[in-house]
Amino acid sequence: MDYFLELFFGGLTRGSIYALIALGYTMVYGIIELINFAHGEIYMIGAFTALIVSSVLAFAGLSGLSVLFLAAAAAIVYSAAHGFTVEKIGYKPLRQAPRLSPLISAIGMSIFLQNYVMLAQTSDFLPFPSLLPDLPFLSDLEIGIGSTEAIILMTTAVSMVLLTLLIKFTKMGKAMRATAQDRNMAMLVGVDVNRTISYTFIIGSTLAAIGGVLIASHIGRINFYIGFIAGIKAFTAAVLGGIGSIPGAVLGALVLGWTESFATGYVSSDYEDVFAFLLLVIILIVRPSGLLGRSTAQKV
Amino acid sequence: MTAIAQIRQSLIVALWFMFLTFPILVIRVNTIENIIEWRWVNMLYAGAGSFLGSFAWRYLLERKSRAAGKDGGPVRTAEATAAEAKPWWRRLREERQYRYPALSVLAVVATIFPFLPFTSTYQINIVTNALLYVMLGLGLNIVVGLAGLLHLGYVAFYAVGAYSYALLHYHFGIGFWTALPLGALLATLFGILLGFPVLRLRGDYLAIVTLGFAEITRLVLENWNEFSFGPSGIAGIPRPGLFGLEMDLHGATIYFYFLMIALCLLTIFVVNRLQNSRIGRAWVALREDETACEAMGVNATAAKLTAFALGSTWAGLAGVVFAAKTTFVNPASFTFLESAMILSIVVLGGMGSILGVILGAFILILTPEYLRAFSEYRMLLFGLIMVMMMIFRPQGIVKGERRIYEFHRKPEDRE
Repeated sequence: MDYFLELFFGGLTRGSIYALIALGYTMVYGIIELINFAHGEIYMIGAFTALIVSSVLAFAGLSGLSVLFLAAAAAIVYSAAHGFTVEKIGYKPLRQAPRLSPLISAIGMSIFLQNYVMLAQTSDFLPFPSLLPDLPFLSDLEIGIGSTEAIILMTTAVSMVLLTLLIKFTKMGKAMRATAQDRNMAMLVGVDVNRTISYTFIIGSTLAAIGGVLIASHIGRINFYIGFIAGIKAFTAAVLGGIGSIPGAVLGALVLGWTESFATGYVSSDYEDVFAFLLLVIILIVRPSGLLGRSTAQKV
Repeated sequence: MTAIAQIRQSLIVALWFMFLTFPILVIRVNTIENIIEWRWVNMLYAGAGSFLGSFAWRYLLERKSRAAGKDGGPVRTAEATAAEAKPWWRRLREERQYRYPALSVLAVVATIFPFLPFTSTYQINIVTNALLYVMLGLGLNIVVGLAGLLHLGYVAFYAVGAYSYALLHYHFGIGFWTALPLGALLATLFGILLGFPVLRLRGDYLAIVTLGFAEITRLVLENWNEFSFGPSGIAGIPRPGLFGLEMDLHGATIYFYFLMIALCLLTIFVVNRLQNSRIGRAWVALREDETACEAMGVNATAAKLTAFALGSTWAGLAGVVFAAKTTFVNPASFTFLESAMILSIVVLGGMGSILGVILGAFILILTPEYLRAFSEYRMLLFGLIMVMMMIFRPQGIVKGERRIYEFHRKPEDRE
């Protein structure tokens, strides 16, 4: 039972980080129907920025929570800036192009950003400092959950709530929902579509940056390639839940996290990534619209 | 826009990029020795580069929108188009009296190339390598260029071909010439097997599923030690023989070069015939509009499946050749980057254009070989090329020409 609980919480932690990244995919897909391949790279850049900033701060003699907050803030700012720029350069000129074009452009962006970080930094794994503080009271509770896991879960939950509020109750959220429904109609009723799309990328990138800082502190090392696998897995989660649907992305991410956790725990750890891809393939074949997605008829 | 406004905008762009690239480009931390390296000069490069780049960017965008405006004008007649002076490379391609001499010159150059005094084994090798990518590119061109299915897992089939030869040789001692059709067949079967469930999916889902399959294939090859010998791979795969002739390394390289030329010619021939066949036209129709294509009575699933299977066949063939060329296979050769490279060959060259894909393969494979200093920036450039091509020249270097069927009236019908 202890082993089960350990796997359960492991899967929950994993899943909640996937959820943070998956939300970026799902929001972008919902609004411009594009699989933003570069999203995983945005997350990787967030992790790298956090590493660099925290190292510089540690060098300057700071420590503790201030480092965490400054590093996380820098990660968020830079991830959001990258997300914004990627959209402006790679996708905005292709709004009217055939569907394949922005997709190929996105793949190109992803390869470019990976290699940019590799050339500017290093291709080796770098140790990531554990920025998250210890919560001693958790070990007294004896529920099989460490403080890192607890912080990850809490941060994710808070981010989700904030995101939901933002989308439900702000003017920007309303504009985003309108653009997702029908871009041209939204334009007619006075929504600044380009700005809304930029906001979507910025919000998605912010969430990815939070995910990046959390997962890097959790795993303890990063390299330029982490975005690729994480990106694909988060995309799997988004598709699993029904791409375009925000609660779907969270649900899909949790299902994926548990699947991976239990499969590696009970079956074999060599094939960890295979399970994720297998789940993706099966879902797309059996239920392409995802768990919570609606299938839409194609209009001619 | 006035010049001052232009400069102001470029300055803003430059400042933005200096800000954007600051942590990644300027600071490098060495966490082991606790040193922080500040590379301020990189910030200058980023600023200057983006300042100049933004001028080019705006110019190209403006040119593109001007060209788009022209297309919207009155339809140009065939006579008007013909009357316009064709650039020399178009004449070379389209007019018989230039086309055949050009082809013969090319054939002669290709034949004597390995015997020229200044060609070393290394040079023959890299040209052979480029030819291998021509084959892969043309194979992927069937799927991506003609049928319009974005296939991101092409290396999976390449790996199937390579491993079939490696394993068949290891277990049964099968030689190259037997393995060639067998590898192609296995890759085709694999393609059909995967194609059946997957091809109902829409374009972007298809891309991600094929990517997933490729990763699964690679991970299985890496982890299933009993079957594929894991990351260490399989060594000692024999080169192709020529009626038991003994050859030194140079001779074998030359032989391989001609073998590759022959295979490329075969590929070009087959793809060309396919392109203008019934199924080829069905693919193009599918690419242009799936719904309309189905309404015209084309069986979309069958057409997609044949494209997928034929594409895989070529990957399988190329895989066998690759295994024979390097005499060693391991899973590291079949990563996503390889798929991306083949895809960028097709994208750069021009989707659906045979000549384009050939040029694309030669440019992308040979340039980094000859410009060694620049080879570590290769993938960076591939990424950049993919983005820039999609934005400024989505049709590629050479536009894939659709065959035009003209309607001629009989003279007596004309009033």
